[in-house]
Amino acid sequence: MHDDAGRAGATATVAAAPGIAGLFGAFFLLGLMGFGGVLPLARDMIVERRRWMTNTEFTELLGLCQFLPGGNVINLSVALGTRFAGLPGAAAALLGLITAPCIIVVLLGGIYDRYGGDPHVRHLFAGLAAAAAGLLVALALRLAAPLRTDLRSAGLAVLCFLAIALLRLPLLPTLLVLVPLSVLVLRREA
Amino acid sequence: MGTLLTLLLLFGELSLLAFGGGNTILPEMQRRVVEVHGWMSAGEFAALFALAQAAPGPNMMVCTLIGWRVAGLGGALMATAGIFLPGAVLTGIATGLWERFRAAPWRRALQRGLVPVTVGLVAASALLIAASVDSAPGLAAVTLAVAAVATLTRLHPLWLLGTGALLGLAGIGG
Repeated sequence: MHDDAGRAGATATVAAAPGIAGLFGAFFLLGLMGFGGVLPLARDMIVERRRWMTNTEFTELLGLCQFLPGGNVINLSVALGTRFAGLPGAAAALLGLITAPCIIVVLLGGIYDRYGGDPHVRHLFAGLAAAAAGLLVALALRLAAPLRTDLRSAGLAVLCFLAIALLRLPLLPTLLVLVPLSVLVLRREA
Repeated sequence: MGTLLTLLLLFGELSLLAFGGGNTILPEMQRRVVEVHGWMSAGEFAALFALAQAAPGPNMMVCTLIGWRVAGLGGALMATAGIFLPGAVLTGIATGLWERFRAAPWRRALQRGLVPVTVGLVAASALLIAASVDSAPGLAAVTLAVAAVATLTRLHPLWLLGTGALLGLAGIGG
């Protein structure tokens, strides 16, 4: 862990590896503060504030997390916890991340259940839901933007979109066909 | 099969299909929860999604909320364990193996092939959620406006959600 040669670069020092409590506390704060996306906050905390790893190390670890199924930040908490403190570290980071959001989301659900019949509340949530859908559209646009210059990738994305959104095909069989097809089609230009 | 076990298995399966993050499994989640199990309407599903978006934390908190709605506190716990544990176990194992395959050509090819599929899945999520939410022209306008502002600016999403809620309260949905 003290191979400074491998960490030469912008950030001069990397802080000591966090323990179980440190991991839980840091990810608990992330879960509490992460409105509308935890990832930017996670990088800020891990690289800039607590200096648990360099920017390059963070990007590599994130690459692994994006490659695996599941939420990126969820995977990141597990990968970071495993790396610093093994299985207990992974459990501490994951539980830290999801404890506060779980409680908050159920409380919100309770409020909605109790007052959901009220027309004002109903209107409020209709507007909230419309805005949330807009954020999702924006996310899709941002992800799709790099494919504009890549006709084959764009075609594959459209194919996947049609299969799921319009034909409403089940996800697993769709993935089992589309992922190998996509890998095969894109392999040659790599 | 008991509802709790059904929830655990359903979200556990979805967890392993969530390549590219939680938003890619929304269409399948909606299909199972609304069409296959008939636990709620598409409108209710979209309302729960919106509630989860208004809460802090990872974007798969909607699963906790669905579990809670379907089977109370036990359902919330089962859905949460289901959506987070399988992926977490895989990540724990993979963290150890990752370095070994850093330069492997198959890894790069697979990573590349997953990109268009992820984009297609997120776009499908956006369309399905928007279609079940936008029951009035005013609401559709909110969705389009939020999409435009969020794409073109770096405004914090919470402002957009708050504005949408206020517009809804003011009666834009009719």
